[in-house]
Amino acid sequence: MTATEPTEATTGIPFTLNGKAMEAKPGEMLIDACERNGEHIPRFCYHPRMKPVGMCRMCLVEVDTGRGPGLQPSCMLTVSPDMVVNTESESTKQAQDGILELTLINHPLDCPVCDKGGECPLQDNAYSYGPGESRFVEEKRHYEKPIPISDLVYLDRERCILCDRCTRFADEVAGDPLIHFMDRGAQTQVNTFPDHPFSSYFSGNTVQICPVGALTAQPYRFKARPWDLAEIESTSTVDSTGARIVLQSSGDRLVRVLGVDSEAVNWSWLSDKDRFGYEANDSENRLTDAMIDNGEGLEPARWTDAARKVATALAAGPDRTGVIGGARLPLEGQYAWAKLLRQHAQIQNIDAQLGDGLPAQVMAGLPKATIAEATAAGGVVVLLGVDAKEELPSLFLRLRHAAVEDGASLIELTPRTTGLAPHAAVSAHPVPGTVGTVVAALADGNLDQAVGGVEPATLSAMADLLGSDRPVTIVVGRGNLAESADFTVDALAAFARLVPSARYLSGLRRGNVHGALAMGLSPGAVDGLDTEGILRGAATGKIDTIVLLGADPLADFPDRALAERALERVDNIIAVDTFLTESGENADVVLPAAGFGEVDGSFVNLEGRLSPLQAKVTPPGQARADWMIAAEVAAATGSDLGFISLEELRADLSASVSDFASVDWDGLATSDDGPVVVTTGDAPDFGDPVVAPSSDGYGLRLVVDRKLWDLGTMVQQSPSLANLPAEATLALSPSDFSGLGITDGTDVTVETRAGSFTVPARADAGVPKGAAHIPFRLPGFDAGSLIDAGVAISEIRVTVG
Amino acid sequence: MSANGSHTNDYVEYAPGYVDNEGPKIVTSRFGYEDSHTLERSLSTGGYDGLKAALKKNPAEIAQEVKDAVLLGRGGAGFPAGIKWGFMPPVWPRYLVVNGDESEPGTYKDRLLMERDPHQLIEGCLIACYALGLNQCFLYVRGEMAQAQENIAQALNDAYAAGYCGKNILGTDVGIDVVLHWGAGAYIVGEETALIESLEGNRGMPRLKPPFFPAAKGVYMKPTIVNNVETLANLPWLMVNGADEYKKYGSEKSPGTRMLAISGHVKRPGVYEVEQGVVSFRDLFYGENYAQGIKDDNELKAFVPGGGSAPWFFGDQLDIKIEASEVGPAGSMLGSGAIMVMDETTDIVKAALRLVRFYARESCGKCTPCREGTSWEEKVLQRINDGLGRPEDIDLLIDIGKNISPGTYPVASFGDEELDAVPFPPKQTTICPLGPSSVAPITSAIRRFRGEFEAKIGASALPESRPGGETSIDALEVDA
Amino acid sequence: MSRLSPANEAIAKELLSHYPRAKSALIPMLHLAQEQDGYVANDAMEHIAELIGVTPAEVMGTCTFYEMFVLHPVGKYKIDICTNLSCQLLGAEELLHHAEEKLGIRAGGTTDDGLFTLEDVECIAACTEAPCLQVNYRYELRLEHSDFDKMVDDLRSGKRKDIPDHGTLAKVRQHITADREAGITPPETTGTPAWFTSRLPAEENA
Repeated sequence: MTATEPTEATTGIPFTLNGKAMEAKPGEMLIDACERNGEHIPRFCYHPRMKPVGMCRMCLVEVDTGRGPGLQPSCMLTVSPDMVVNTESESTKQAQDGILELTLINHPLDCPVCDKGGECPLQDNAYSYGPGESRFVEEKRHYEKPIPISDLVYLDRERCILCDRCTRFADEVAGDPLIHFMDRGAQTQVNTFPDHPFSSYFSGNTVQICPVGALTAQPYRFKARPWDLAEIESTSTVDSTGARIVLQSSGDRLVRVLGVDSEAVNWSWLSDKDRFGYEANDSENRLTDAMIDNGEGLEPARWTDAARKVATALAAGPDRTGVIGGARLPLEGQYAWAKLLRQHAQIQNIDAQLGDGLPAQVMAGLPKATIAEATAAGGVVVLLGVDAKEELPSLFLRLRHAAVEDGASLIELTPRTTGLAPHAAVSAHPVPGTVGTVVAALADGNLDQAVGGVEPATLSAMADLLGSDRPVTIVVGRGNLAESADFTVDALAAFARLVPSARYLSGLRRGNVHGALAMGLSPGAVDGLDTEGILRGAATGKIDTIVLLGADPLADFPDRALAERALERVDNIIAVDTFLTESGENADVVLPAAGFGEVDGSFVNLEGRLSPLQAKVTPPGQARADWMIAAEVAAATGSDLGFISLEELRADLSASVSDFASVDWDGLATSDDGPVVVTTGDAPDFGDPVVAPSSDGYGLRLVVDRKLWDLGTMVQQSPSLANLPAEATLALSPSDFSGLGITDGTDVTVETRAGSFTVPARADAGVPKGAAHIPFRLPGFDAGSLIDAGVAISEIRVTVG
Repeated sequence: MSANGSHTNDYVEYAPGYVDNEGPKIVTSRFGYEDSHTLERSLSTGGYDGLKAALKKNPAEIAQEVKDAVLLGRGGAGFPAGIKWGFMPPVWPRYLVVNGDESEPGTYKDRLLMERDPHQLIEGCLIACYALGLNQCFLYVRGEMAQAQENIAQALNDAYAAGYCGKNILGTDVGIDVVLHWGAGAYIVGEETALIESLEGNRGMPRLKPPFFPAAKGVYMKPTIVNNVETLANLPWLMVNGADEYKKYGSEKSPGTRMLAISGHVKRPGVYEVEQGVVSFRDLFYGENYAQGIKDDNELKAFVPGGGSAPWFFGDQLDIKIEASEVGPAGSMLGSGAIMVMDETTDIVKAALRLVRFYARESCGKCTPCREGTSWEEKVLQRINDGLGRPEDIDLLIDIGKNISPGTYPVASFGDEELDAVPFPPKQTTICPLGPSSVAPITSAIRRFRGEFEAKIGASALPESRPGGETSIDALEVDA
Repeated sequence: MSRLSPANEAIAKELLSHYPRAKSALIPMLHLAQEQDGYVANDAMEHIAELIGVTPAEVMGTCTFYEMFVLHPVGKYKIDICTNLSCQLLGAEELLHHAEEKLGIRAGGTTDDGLFTLEDVECIAACTEAPCLQVNYRYELRLEHSDFDKMVDDLRSGKRKDIPDHGTLAKVRQHITADREAGITPPETTGTPAWFTSRLPAEENA
C-alpha cells in the first residue's frame, strides 16, 4: 500500500449506480468511483493528479442524495452513503449533449491538420456523447495561431476549451505559474506575461494533459499521426528517479515520450529532459560503427577486430587497468560487464561514478526509504546536498507535493539555495567543508553557536524538527563537486547518531547508477581504485588501460585538468558509447552501443526499484546491446560469459546476485510500478571525520553543482534542448559581492592554483557568505577548470579587473 | 431612536436618488443631513449606540438577537443572517467580509448606504464581528464607487482615531480591525465565493459549493461570513431597539424594511426604504408616497421585480406583496431590491438583448455553459434585433437556455394564456447563478411577447419561402 | 511605463500590511499603479509581482479579469456611459450616440488630444437617475444632451477641478496606525480571541 491511499478503516461507502449497488472508497470522488465500477463519465478538466476545479461541466451526472435528483459535477462530489447516481438518465444525457454543443461552438474544425486528431478527448467525447451537429452559425472566436509560449510548447488559443489543466499544472504541480488565464468570459485565454515565457522544466506535461490540440510540443508538431504510432512502456534513464514512460515510434524513429502514471514513482509527470531527450537518439552524431585508431585517427573497423583489440588490452593486467562508467547501461549490460571485468579479467579498479557521487559502500548500507515513504504525509525530509529540481526533477515534484499538500516539512541542508527552498521549513547552507560539523553540532546538542555560517536559530529549528516523533527521511546527494564527498559522509555519520531511526533515499543522480552499484561496478573492496584513483594512476603512469563504459571524464569528472593529464598519458583508451565523446575521441578502440529505446533491459532507480527498459526502435548501424558487447569481448578472449540470450543472462544474474534472486523478469514489463529489489547492505563504514582545512582568509570556497540544462551529451544532441542551457555566471553572497564594488554581470578575475580565469559575476542571496557558486558544464565557462580534486575544498580568489 | 423619519423632504439633495417616503427609517435616518457621512453627525444622532449596547452583552446574546429578529440577507438570496452565522464551525481564525460589490442591473442602495452613512455600516460590521468572535473584517466596496470608498476611508480613519475601531474598542479589551478593500469592475464578484477569490487577489471566479461553503471554507480557506452592506446596516438599530421592536415593522416572515430602487418608466423613480411584506408592487408603482404612476400615464408592459437576474413580472403580478416569500413562488425573486419598470413603448427584444449582453459581458468564463452559452445567446439576439433573425432562432434561444438552465425555467403566470407560475429558483448546469440569470430575460420575453420576436424576424429582408432550419448565415448575408 | 515610484511603493507596502496574505493587496496595488500612470504598465505589474511574491503572469491574470484596469494609455477623462436596461429605457443609447458625435469618436475610442476616452458600460448603480454616466468614476446624473456638452466643455476648459485624472479613485486612503491596530489575523494562527472566550456564557466555555 502506498502512502497516498487512505489509511483509515476502508469500509466501502454504499451507493447506487444506474440501479446497481456499488461501493466507493471513503473520500472517493464520484467520477473515480464510477470509473472503478466500470462506468466512464466523460470529462475535460478533471485530472486525477490535480485538484478538481469543476469548470468544464462535462462530468455532470444526475445525483440524488435524498432531496430529489439533480445534476452535479462528479469530479467535485465525494460519494456519500446511499447516494443514487444515474449516468444514463435523460437529464444526464441532455446535459452531456448540451455541454458538448457549447464546448464545440468556438472550437475550430481543423481536426485534419491537428496533432491531437485521432487521440483527442474532445473528438472522442463528441463522438460518444455529443449532439452530432452544431446549430452555431455565428463567427467563431479568433486568435493568432499558434503562438510559442516557450522554446518547447506552442499554444493555439482557438482550440483551447479553457479546462484549466495546463494552468493548474503549472501552478499546483510544477510551481511555475508562468501561464495563466487572462481576460474574462468568452474572451478568456491562456497566455504568458510578455517576455516571461513558460520556461518550466516541466512544460511538456501540459501538452500531454491538454484535452484538445491547443498545446503542442515543438519536437512533435506535425511529426506523426496518432494512429500510425507504435508504443511500448519503458523507464526514463535521464536520471535515477526512473520515471515511467511510454515510448512512441513512427517509421522506426522515436517521435514521442509520454509519462505513465506510476503511483510509486512519477505520478504521470515528466521533466522536459525525460520527455524530449529522445531526440538525441536520432542525432547524426550517433556512433554506428566500431572504430580503431591505427595511428592515423579513428577509422571504422570490423567488430571482430575491435573486440579482439579490447580483449588484448584487458588482458594486460588487472592492476594496470581502470574502468570508468556504466551508469548509462541497462542492468543486464552492467551485469555482463561486471562479470567480464571482475570474474574474467580480475579487475578491481571499476567505478560507475565519476568523482561526482558518494562512496558506494556508504550508500549501500544506509537504511532505505521509498519515494512514497520519503514523501508520506507529515514526515520530515532532509535534503542533504541534493538539488532535486536540477538533478532529479521527477523526485522534485513528489517532494514539492509532500511539502505543499501533505504537510511534510523539508529541511534544506545544501551548499546553496535549491529549487525546493520556497517550500522548505528550514534552510541552512553551510559553507563548503562544514556540513559534517553542522550535523555533528545538532547531534551533540551544541545549538548555541553558529557553525559553518549556520545561525543558532536555524540549528534549533532543524533540531526541533529532527527531534520530533515524525518520521525522518534523508535524501542525500553530492551537492558540491568542488568539495570532497567525505564531508557528506561525515554528515551521514552524524545523522546516524542524531536520528537512528532515519531512513535514506539516494540522491545519486546519474541514470542507472543504482543498477551499476548493485551489479558491482564500484571499486573493489580491497585496493580497488575509484575514478579519481584511476585517473591519477593514469596520469602518473601506473594505469595503462582505461575503459570508458559510456563515460566522458573530460566532461564529467569534476577536475578537468586531472582528466586531461590522465587521458594524455594512458596507453590504451577503450570507449563503449552511443556517441563519440570528447574523451572517446582520444580512444584507441570505440565500440558503438545501442541506446535508450533500442534494447530491452532493466533499470534500477534510486529506491532500488526494478523497472523495464524496452526496445521500440532498432539501433543505428552496427550498434548493439552492451551485454552483447561484453559477451563478444569475452569471446574474443576465448572465454564465455555463460549466456547467449537476455533470458539466460537474467537467469544467471538472479542466481548470482541475491537481491535479484526472485525477480519475475517476464512480469516486469507489465507490472505497474516494479518491485523494490535492492535491499540495505552492511552497515556503512563512515570512517573518521575529516578535518576541513582552514581557509586562508581571503579565498572563497567553491560550490559547483549541476543544472538540468547543461552541455551534457543528451541535451546537446537534442535539437530542441540544445539551446536551453544558460550562460555560466559566478554567484557570490550579496555581502561578498558588494565588497567587489561592481554591478551584476561584470567580469571578474578568478584565480586558482592552476591559473587565472575570467567570468561574469553576480550577487545571489542563496549563496552563503564565504562561498562562490558556479554550475558545472554550462556554456561560457568550464567550472571544471576551477576544481582541484586533490584538495578537500577548492578555493578561489575573486578580484575585479 | 425611532424608526419614524426625522426629515420629510421627498427628494434628498445630499443623497441623489433617495426618496423619503415618510415611512419608517431603520437604515436611512441620517440621509437628510448634508454631513450624514461624518463621525460628528453620526455621534450626534445616536451613532455607535448600537455598538455600545452590544458590548454590554455577551456575543452569543447578540447572535441570538439577530436570529430572533429574522434579519433576512439583503444581497439577493434573502437568507436569514442569524442562521447563516450559525453555520460557522467553531474554528479560528474566522473572517467577516462585507459585500459592497453592488452591481446587479437596477440595483443601488448599498452605494447610498456606504456614501451617506459609512459609520452606520462600520458599526454594523463591528457588531457582527463582536457577535462572531472575530477580529478582522474586510469591507469590499465595488471598484467604480470612488465616493463610497472615499467616505468609508475617512470614516474608518475617524473611527479608529476616536477609539470605535481597532484596538481596545471603547476602552474595552475588544479589538477588531475593519479593512477597506475595493474591487476593479466585475459583476460576478458580487457572488460570495467569487468575492472571496477576488479578496484573495485572484480572478473573481466562483468556487463550487460544496465543498467551498464560505461559512466553513472561505477566505484563506477559513470560516468566513459574507454579509451584504444593507444587512449589516440594520444591526445598529437592532441592537438599540431589540428584535421585538424590529419585528413590529414589515411582515412576520420578512420583518423590517428594505431599500428598493425603482427605475425605468415611472414618474418618480428613486430608492425608497419600504416595509417588507406590507407594500405591493401596485402600491409602489402607483402610490403617492412612491413612484406615483407609470411615465406619461402609459400602460405597464412588464417589470423586473428583483434585479436583472429576476424573471419578469407583468400586470398580473401587481398585487403581490413585496417580500421574498411571496415573490419566489410567483416565479421570480425579490433579489437585490431592484425594480425596473417597462411601459408599453418598450422594445422587448432590445430590452432582453440589453440584459443578456450584460451577462455575456460579465460571465467569468469558468463554466462552459455560461461562458459559451451567454455569448451565443447575445449573438443570436443581436442578429434578431438587427433584422437578421431566422424563424428557428426563437426556439434555439430557448434551447441554449436549457443547456445552461435545464428543465422548465421559472416564469410568472399570465391568466389569459392559462400558464401557471413555475417557482424560483431555476436549475443550473453551472457553478453560480450568473449563467441561468441570462435565461431569465429570454424566457420571460419570449413566453410573453413571442410575437415581437417574430415580428422582427418577419420584418427582416429575407426570402419568405426560406425553409426553416436549413438556411446558413452565409445565405442570410447574401440575401441581406 | 514605469515601476511604482518610491512614494507609491511605500503606499503599496502599507496596503500589504493590511492583509494576512500578500496577494490580497494585489487589486488595490494595481489601482495604485493605474493612479500613477493612468493605466497599468507592464513594468508596474512586474514590480507588483516582486512585492507580492508571485509571477507577473499571475498579476496579469488578475489584472485582465477586471474591466477597470486598462493596459494601455487612455484619455485623461474616461467617460463611462451606462446603457444597461434602466438607462436604456430612458435614452442612454441616444446619449451614447450624442456623445460619440460630440467627441468625434466611437465608444471604446480616445480623442486625438488624449483628453477623452468614451466607453459603453454596464450598470453603474444610479439606475433611478437615468441616463447617467461616470467621468473617472464620478457621477453625472439625469443627463440631457446639453448637460453632456457642458460637462465636456467644462472638462476641456479645466473648470472641473472636482474630477481627478484617470486612475485616481478615492482621494482618501485608510491608514491604520500601529497604536490603533488590533492586528491582522493570519490564517495560520489558531485560538479564539481572548475577549471572545472571556465573554461567552459559562456553559459555552466548558
